[in-house]
Amino acid sequence: MQIHYNFAFFDEGSKREIRRATLKAIAIPGYQVPFASREMPIARGWGTGGLQLTLSLIGKDDVLKVIDQGSDESVNAVNIKKLVMKTAGIKTTEETQEATIIQSRHRIPEIPLTEGQILVLQVPLPEPLRDYEPSEYNTKRLHAEKEYSGAWLMLFEQIMKYGHMASDFDHPVMVENRYVMAPSPIPRFDNPKMHYSKALILLGAGREKKIYAVPPYTKVVSLAFDDYPFEVESFEDKHCRLCGATGVYLDELFNEETGETYYQCNDTSYCLSRLNEQSESRGVQHG
Amino acid sequence: MGYVAVKGGTIAIEESIKRLKYERLKKGVVLDIGRIEAGLRGLIDQVMSESSLYDETLAALAIKHAEGNLEEAVFLLRAYRSTLPRKHYSQIVNTKDMSIERRISASFKDIPGGQILGATTDYTHRLLDFDLMEETDEDAVNWLSAYEKEMLDEVDEKHFGKLPKVSDYLRKEGLFSECVMDNTEPDDVTRKSLTFPSTRSQRLQVLTRGQTGAVTSLAYAVIRGYGSLHPTVGELRVGYLPVYIDSPFHSFNREDDAYYIGEIKATEVEMLIPETVEIGDGKKEIKFEIGYGLCFGQNETKAIAMGILDNSLEKGNRDYPTGDEEFVLYHIDSVESTGFISHLKLPHYVTFQSKLDIVRKSKSKQEM
Repeated sequence: MQIHYNFAFFDEGSKREIRRATLKAIAIPGYQVPFASREMPIARGWGTGGLQLTLSLIGKDDVLKVIDQGSDESVNAVNIKKLVMKTAGIKTTEETQEATIIQSRHRIPEIPLTEGQILVLQVPLPEPLRDYEPSEYNTKRLHAEKEYSGAWLMLFEQIMKYGHMASDFDHPVMVENRYVMAPSPIPRFDNPKMHYSKALILLGAGREKKIYAVPPYTKVVSLAFDDYPFEVESFEDKHCRLCGATGVYLDELFNEETGETYYQCNDTSYCLSRLNEQSESRGVQHG
Repeated sequence: MGYVAVKGGTIAIEESIKRLKYERLKKGVVLDIGRIEAGLRGLIDQVMSESSLYDETLAALAIKHAEGNLEEAVFLLRAYRSTLPRKHYSQIVNTKDMSIERRISASFKDIPGGQILGATTDYTHRLLDFDLMEETDEDAVNWLSAYEKEMLDEVDEKHFGKLPKVSDYLRKEGLFSECVMDNTEPDDVTRKSLTFPSTRSQRLQVLTRGQTGAVTSLAYAVIRGYGSLHPTVGELRVGYLPVYIDSPFHSFNREDDAYYIGEIKATEVEMLIPETVEIGDGKKEIKFEIGYGLCFGQNETKAIAMGILDNSLEKGNRDYPTGDEEFVLYHIDSVESTGFISHLKLPHYVTFQSKLDIVRKSKSKQEM
């Protein structure tokens, strides 16, 4: 029994429905639009929200890049890319600039995105207020009434307890002075990249059945207090062991033999292109 | 010479998938789909019910593919279901039209139409039958022909047909709380996501698709102490329901224009749950409420559990988690719960690094 799937897996009706929810999300920046999330051939929690967005958007001329925690080669990124290639047969790339759609889990690439590009972020927990309010019925009301004192209080309590804000990744942001939004579990380091992003940012939560968006040139501000400003992860005095980059998000690695801790670019494609540039310019010098 | 990405991930995945196939095939014997359909009825029924897809052959294929791993088989079928366009809606299926194979009531001994035990493990001794180790197809055929002969002599035709509902009897007696006929178009949570407060049709749909173990456990909590008192099985029936669709060629459909597209096996349960109701002037009386369960296939425990949860969500007593619709409905889906639990196996290097940063920061602050 041979089953042939439609282009990009879904039937056209399903794609249209997801695109409709996406359009609504773009029209109301930061608002979580419910949609009838489909079950996908990859597991819930493994990027089905992002995947549904990607599959609903993709056309024959698109070039897709998929990254998972900064890496194009991470098992799940490979897996998602393989699935899209299998069902849509489109071109994939590891070059950030080359891609028209970039699906990512928990990172925004180091190379600034441009107009016309779409960044699709996978979201496990789309509700920024869930930490203190388990009920969906209630959080929906809180958003409707722009009642965010709980979110502020949460940060305030962290300061009281630890002397600083203790949110790690997924630090909540305020979108266009209206909706508090979970930026997905990107490190705090990536939050500022959302602010006035030239690229369209779409966020998809498959299991929680929500789509939301940050349209290009939208104001995105990380929640913070005047006297306790928002701080990104510190990689002060650290650089990438391979390409020497500073001011990027680094992975902390451990050398078993020397017992040394060293650092490496988390964005592997960024690191690679820097290495290639360096070797080319060296080549020019020597040649 | 430029640097290229290490292609470790891709190769490792391919090898892992090969290894998975090896595990399925390593004994040099493959499962025949027909044999799965013939012999794994319980598993097939459970898979169809949790997948919301009624197709025994596809369920058998999923079971083979998943090596009998239930959550994986359900996952496969659900993903396949996502690709199917919705071409028709059936006409209303009335369970009064069920051709019954099994039907019991724990509330009344003498129910109109009688109790029909049908096929059930309820009265078997769970002693491993070692004879089955040696069972052959020939044994099966022989047993069948003997059984069929026996049936010809004894069969009582009236048992295989439509039977009145036990609840009709109670309703006539006025022992039920009044409820109005509700003919609103049911919601479909696979087309429009669940909203709160939920509608009854949303609740019933999520419950019937729920993971059998999860639905059973939560219902067990209800009757053990976190919810209502001891409910009674008013009626449990297992049988086949005919499914008709409107003729696509007529804009206006008469009943005889409809097309019969097949039948589905289902388990239907009506639980009777005693409830105290105010009748005015501070007076109270006890009436019965119904908890309703309906599942694809023969899934009796699940259908009963569904009936219990239907009622506890209908009451919505937030003192118990089992009365909180978000708590119950958001957490019983197999694909969702197993997916999110298993995602913990994915790399979390970036997020963990971010956590480390905060842990170090709070440490250094305290040392100051």
